[in-house]
Amino acid sequence: MGSKRSRHGLENAPIVAGNGLIDRRALLGRGVLLAGALGTSGALTGAAAEPLTDAPWSLEQGAVLPTYQVASRFEKPVARTLSNPKNEPRTSHARTPHHLLAGTITPNGLHFTICHQGGTPDIDPDKHRLVIHGMVKQPLVFTLDTLARYPMTTRITFLECGGNSAPMFSPVPLQESVQALHGLASCAEWTGVKLSTLLEEAGVDPAAKWLIAEGADVSGLSRSTPLKKAMDDAMVALYQNGERLMPGNGYPMRLLLPGYEGNMNVKYLRRIKLTDQPQMSYYETRTYSQLLPSGKAYRFYFLQEVKSFITNPSHGMALKEPGYYEISGIAYSGAGRIAKVMVSADGGASWAEAALQTPVLPKAFTRFRMPWRWDGGPATLQSRAWDESGAVQPTRAEFVALRGETKTPPNVLGFPNQHYNSITSWGVGPKGEVKHVYA
Amino acid sequence: MSMRRSALRAVSLALVLGAGAALAETPNLGRPISEADIAAWDISILPNGQGLPAGGGTAAQGKTVYAEQCAACHGENGRGGILGSVVGSPPIDRIDAVKTIANFWGYPTTVFDFIRRAMPATQPRTLSPDQVYALVAYIFAENKLIGEADVMNAETLPKVKMPNRDNFIIRFPDRI
Repeated sequence: MGSKRSRHGLENAPIVAGNGLIDRRALLGRGVLLAGALGTSGALTGAAAEPLTDAPWSLEQGAVLPTYQVASRFEKPVARTLSNPKNEPRTSHARTPHHLLAGTITPNGLHFTICHQGGTPDIDPDKHRLVIHGMVKQPLVFTLDTLARYPMTTRITFLECGGNSAPMFSPVPLQESVQALHGLASCAEWTGVKLSTLLEEAGVDPAAKWLIAEGADVSGLSRSTPLKKAMDDAMVALYQNGERLMPGNGYPMRLLLPGYEGNMNVKYLRRIKLTDQPQMSYYETRTYSQLLPSGKAYRFYFLQEVKSFITNPSHGMALKEPGYYEISGIAYSGAGRIAKVMVSADGGASWAEAALQTPVLPKAFTRFRMPWRWDGGPATLQSRAWDESGAVQPTRAEFVALRGETKTPPNVLGFPNQHYNSITSWGVGPKGEVKHVYA
Repeated sequence: MSMRRSALRAVSLALVLGAGAALAETPNLGRPISEADIAAWDISILPNGQGLPAGGGTAAQGKTVYAEQCAACHGENGRGGILGSVVGSPPIDRIDAVKTIANFWGYPTTVFDFIRRAMPATQPRTLSPDQVYALVAYIFAENKLIGEADVMNAETLPKVKMPNRDNFIIRFPDRI
């Protein structure tokens, strides 16, 4: 494999941490640095390429343009995984295939969905209504058409289920993909009406402290949110990446609470009631209250804390040969911008700072990249993120000490607990196979 | 705080637009509606009992409703069942312990709210207030949270003390 020559080349490479991590500045177009890092290029040592010929698709008419295009038929694996394909009377999840995506915006068809009861409602947008009432001067009702006439506000923000990464509470690393482990988080550009505008039009009673948001779905899903958040950056979202919301993401309108637990971002939003106390609804005081090792439970967690994971390479992939690879992943925090992501290739013994794809936006996916030369030996890849509030992703030992883990490995589709934001580790074996490990 | 901010915004907007500008420069396209006309949607029950409807029921009445409407998913007499038991209080001895009404739920009003709002899963919001009160009475009595003959109504229901009520920690108090 030319490893001898490669090692010779690495003598001059800007290696910045153990096991072949290369200075991120090599990604900034400084060809000299990258060439040094790579050593002898594979093209010089590899077998000669075959002569080029025209393929059939270069010699015939192509297909008709579709009215609404979908990905190439060769991209079939780029799909959400479904937990409940027969729509049985239980919760349904669809997970984002992070390992097959390379950006920060999740395509609408691949945005994760959870429907707690009864699947996706079939809502006629002309008949949908949003009512604001309770502790207001004048209750108001809005149609989609009237809301669409308001000044629009737009922000790119992630949504994450409070139960995303729940399989990581297992005492042993479940051999599952990044999609299975972390697929209940996605990021989109959301456009809609600032909630504060609508609340001010209704006239907020100064004694109001909370709002109860409720959906038009079969379960009438409802969650309480402090008015503080509502007046800060909450939105009634009408558009997702420029088109109307997907049915699985709340069509025709949803509450958007940037950085807060997915379930609070009530889909199919039809009612907002201002109150002086929280409702203590089923989802806030039962499902999304997290048991602690002491037997007590967290309530009103709200915040999706700083987190990152490597998407490529990740579990289930195989590195074909030693040489250059780009380690890439996503980082995000409900508390603001990502400040820094560090990457390790030796299980945390040494770290190097990753390059962040710009723009780095608050409460949005931030893609990080790390140039890496795999020497063919064992490696353990990790990422760790910091946000602008100073919060840092805990190590697994730190996290487990505080939050505990299950006694036996849980079902990968189950939710033994929630709000897991510790480090994910991928082990690279001697044949280049990548597995989920704890390190 | 929000009122002050909106007032400030209105003042600065008025300065930009001149003295004739209206105070609230937002579209105001919402149509006024009375709370009476919202009543059919207003199904939120607060922990202090606010929102509980008139009516009432007992465990004996609830037993019949339960057998007809709930047992298929939640098991005979509230035990077992493919979608979880409503009776029983297993120990909370691990971070993935089964959460039940008796061992976890903090407020009795949540039980009324959730049953009325979301149950039975295939036909939610079809039970009458009396039926929901009766179901709550049945579930609470089976869990020994109230007596067999106790009536559940807007007066009595919010006063039921849930065993786990004081075992919650607000995660980020400054965000409330």
